Amino acid sequence: MSFRSELTKGLVRENPTFRILLGMCPTMATSLAISNGIGMGIAATFVLVGSNVIVSMLRNVIPSRIRIPCYIVVIASFVTMVDLIMAAFVPKLHEVLGIFIPLIVVNCIILARAEAFASKNGVLYSLADGIGMGLGFTLALTGLSAIRELLGTGTLLAVPDFGFPGFRIFDRSLAAVMVILPPGGFITLGLLIGLLNSLTRRKKKAAQT
Amino acid sequence: MGEILVIFFGGVLLNNFILSRFLGICPFIGVSKQVETATGMGMAVVFVMGVASVVTWMVEHYILMPLGLGYLRTIAFILVIAALVQLVEMVIQKVSPVLYKALGIYLPLITTNCAVLGVAILNITEKYNLLEAAVNGIAGASGFTLAIVLFAAIRERMDLAPIPESLKGFPMALITAGLMSIAFLGFVGFRLKELFGVM
Repeated sequence: MSFRSELTKGLVRENPTFRILLGMCPTMATSLAISNGIGMGIAATFVLVGSNVIVSMLRNVIPSRIRIPCYIVVIASFVTMVDLIMAAFVPKLHEVLGIFIPLIVVNCIILARAEAFASKNGVLYSLADGIGMGLGFTLALTGLSAIRELLGTGTLLAVPDFGFPGFRIFDRSLAAVMVILPPGGFITLGLLIGLLNSLTRRKKKAAQT
Repeated sequence: MGEILVIFFGGVLLNNFILSRFLGICPFIGVSKQVETATGMGMAVVFVMGVASVVTWMVEHYILMPLGLGYLRTIAFILVIAALVQLVEMVIQKVSPVLYKALGIYLPLITTNCAVLGVAILNITEKYNLLEAAVNGIAGASGFTLAIVLFAAIRERMDLAPIPESLKGFPMALITAGLMSIAFLGFVGFRLKELFGVM
């Protein structure tokens, strides 16, 4: 176990969204545009890093029978911080993400890392694990939202908070609005995971022969 | 009365928690292999979401707002819900062992169901009164139950279908849910307010 391997495992090998299939609700609900995806990813990463470090520090103090409520209080404190910070500095993004910011509390990724990793490992490793898993989540969200933003609106990188309309790749009349509606979230994510599965299988087959 | 009906049918059909609001996906995918277990989970969610709506509404209006502690809402709600689920579990175990047997294993799972915290926060942001909040909770949970039972029925049939190897399991479940979501989009055309005479 090294700092570096803990940091990089979340990106691809144990990617929380595509490999472990955690935290699906915010993934589908907020991946409408790249700016939303990155915003949600950074918010979740902040909470994940904070809660991992604190839980790791307190791992010998918290009695094991009431550990889950203790983790939830730690996580909820960081979520409240993120909520207030975002409301102050990026109000439009805060409005778009809306209910999904307080809902970071029940994002399974964060509780899962606290329980499975931070409660058993040192502060430094937990920090690396939090950053890695957070970036993996951000990466997955950004990829999914790039596909949905492009197919659904025909633009890329629109950032309403800075008044930037985004780069228009093709005309709005060609865009498939269904992709940014709820069904598009389910189907795009399903196909993307299917594609990654098929790539992994092909790689394995190639390695065997 | 009309407004209550608008909230109820809106919650069940138009703004279905799973299929259009993306709340509660984890249990939706995880506990939907059989119709029977899906029904059990649905019942447990209806119960907890109804009670949680009322209790969190009271916590917000009688404790947090008078004391000016609005920023503690997230922490307070999640603790209330976690405690409530424990309490409900103990009460059911004592009062109705039959019901406990049916719901037992699903109850602890509900704490991390984002639909419960979601409905509690929505009740506050939509500025519902106590009755509307309770109806909204029950409606949201009924919509959840409707979706998960239908979905489980489809999945039971899908076990026999020839699905491409890479799409088996989770990806196919998501795509199926997407198709169901398209069907539910059809309800958006309902003009509930005119139907129930609320202007």
